[in-house]
Amino acid sequence: MLRLWNGSTGRDRGGARFLAVLTLLVIAAPVLNQLVPSSSAFHLSAFGITLIGKYLCYGMLALAIDLIWGYCGILSLGHAAFFSLGGYAMGMYLMRQIGSRGVYGNPVLPDFMVFLNYQSLPWFWHGFNHFPFALAMMLLVPALLALVFGWFAFRSRVTGVYFSIITQALTYALMLAFFRNDMGFGGNNGFTDFKDILGFDLHSDRTHVVLLVVTIAALAASYMACRAIVESRAGRVIRAIRDAESRTRFLGYPVESFKLWLFVFSAVIAGLAGALYVPQVGIINPSEFGPINSIEAVIWVAVGGRGTLYGAIAGAILVNYAKTYLTGAFPEVWLYALGALFVLVTVFLPRGIIGLVPARGQSK
Amino acid sequence: MSGRLRDKRLYLDDVTVSFDGFKALNKLTLFVDPGELLCIIGPNGAGKTTMMDVITGKTSPDSGTAFFGNTINLLQLSEAEIVAAGIGRKFQKPTVFEQLTVFENLELALAGTRSFLKTLRARITAPQHKRIDEVLDIIGLSEQRGAPGRILAHGQKQWLEIGMLLMQNPELLLVDEPVAGMTPHEIERTAELLLSLAGEHSIVVVEHDMSFVRSIARRVTVLHEGQVIAEGDMDKVQNDPRVIEVYLGV
Repeated sequence: MLRLWNGSTGRDRGGARFLAVLTLLVIAAPVLNQLVPSSSAFHLSAFGITLIGKYLCYGMLALAIDLIWGYCGILSLGHAAFFSLGGYAMGMYLMRQIGSRGVYGNPVLPDFMVFLNYQSLPWFWHGFNHFPFALAMMLLVPALLALVFGWFAFRSRVTGVYFSIITQALTYALMLAFFRNDMGFGGNNGFTDFKDILGFDLHSDRTHVVLLVVTIAALAASYMACRAIVESRAGRVIRAIRDAESRTRFLGYPVESFKLWLFVFSAVIAGLAGALYVPQVGIINPSEFGPINSIEAVIWVAVGGRGTLYGAIAGAILVNYAKTYLTGAFPEVWLYALGALFVLVTVFLPRGIIGLVPARGQSK
Repeated sequence: MSGRLRDKRLYLDDVTVSFDGFKALNKLTLFVDPGELLCIIGPNGAGKTTMMDVITGKTSPDSGTAFFGNTINLLQLSEAEIVAAGIGRKFQKPTVFEQLTVFENLELALAGTRSFLKTLRARITAPQHKRIDEVLDIIGLSEQRGAPGRILAHGQKQWLEIGMLLMQNPELLLVDEPVAGMTPHEIERTAELLLSLAGEHSIVVVEHDMSFVRSIARRVTVLHEGQVIAEGDMDKVQNDPRVIEVYLGV
């Protein structure tokens, strides 16, 4: 009878199913878009492709949140900040790619800089015309912010709701900063009108199919990296910290260092998600830093099911699908619906939607 | 004096700790032999917990000396260094990791690497696995190895906590009120467990439960107002007029 619990360290069935779905998607989406004629009912439009890509980027953000919240009890209400910073880094690369094709035709300065009477490129824009450099920044900038912020917060033993509040403040402060025209990030308009990425036209279906495939690959790789962490001994220490922080410290584990590593890694995943998001939706602006965005992302995780990784991704996709539908059909009810969903899930489904699916092998 | 000092596992000499003028320990002198199981009893406020705090480095005394073995001066070490030197302490309230299995609880308590990057790659070696199996056997939780900590009974949690101490192979175990809140059957099992550990480890047990102390003690030390007022086997201690006056006679 006690064998029952051996399942907890057994194989990752839910994750295997999730990876199978991704594999199916990576084959089906290009075929349905490129090979099935647009007259057919099975044709997947370019809009559909980018919509799926967008949902999967949200899924990656949810994965990043679940890693720290579900496994280490760190509730970040500012993860959209890391997502947006990754997105802005990608946006800067895409802006530099426009070159002289902008409205003002300036070969170096993006349109908004010409409009704001910039004479030369601000120092922090240098290098972003090279993709490898921009890619490094997409990952390093969120990582660095998480490192500095986390170092101060965890070292001061800021935990629980206090941590959540200061992460809200962090993303809010960044939003206000990015709204300013003199920050050099396009003010409230942000970046848009992208032309191409790595030489591929961003207006062609084929580029969007490739971006979707890259997103699927990044999501799968992030999932497997997170899974490897939570299944390792470090993952057990992380869960121990979640359940009894001071006891873990008493066993000699440097709790702050574990939290910091995990937080930085989570921020990198969020940054990558944001970087993949921007070329697919074609715009990044300061509203992405909005406090409500971070809270919504936490709701996706709660709805999907915390502490399973794939549950968070499923939650992100389902909630955003509902959002796409409802904001189209009944725009005024969306926020009420989201709030009601959160309350219902918290009260009736503490393990989220994924908790409804009985894991095989655990029932007996 | 130096003759007595030799070959003691733990030796506290003339230790005084005062908090705002109140002497929690008053020139306390106490020793533990290698492999001995020593029981310490005394009324509330006698200084039992303060004594544990001095040994584990949580409190530094105003005067006196505390030696672990013949060479390790405990007063010069930090709390973590004292744990590493081989002194393990079990607190009154058991805190096991509720969501981890019994086996995983013991795995995390294994002596060894503590850094994030190393634990990320750490695998249980064959000798470590064997050691966990041994400890599971000692604490009588072999059958519950795969069960999460949260479903254990109160007594089982206490044993698991003792098991977690054992994973670090301490030479000296400090056990604070191990049977508080236990059923009679669990108390009996705990007595067997502590007796089986004595010999290989030195053990100091602080306990209020007299029948439990009687069932395990070879030597009992009675503390009162920060001093030792009686010492010896249970019968001798129980018949000591001072002990009867301050504690047992009430």
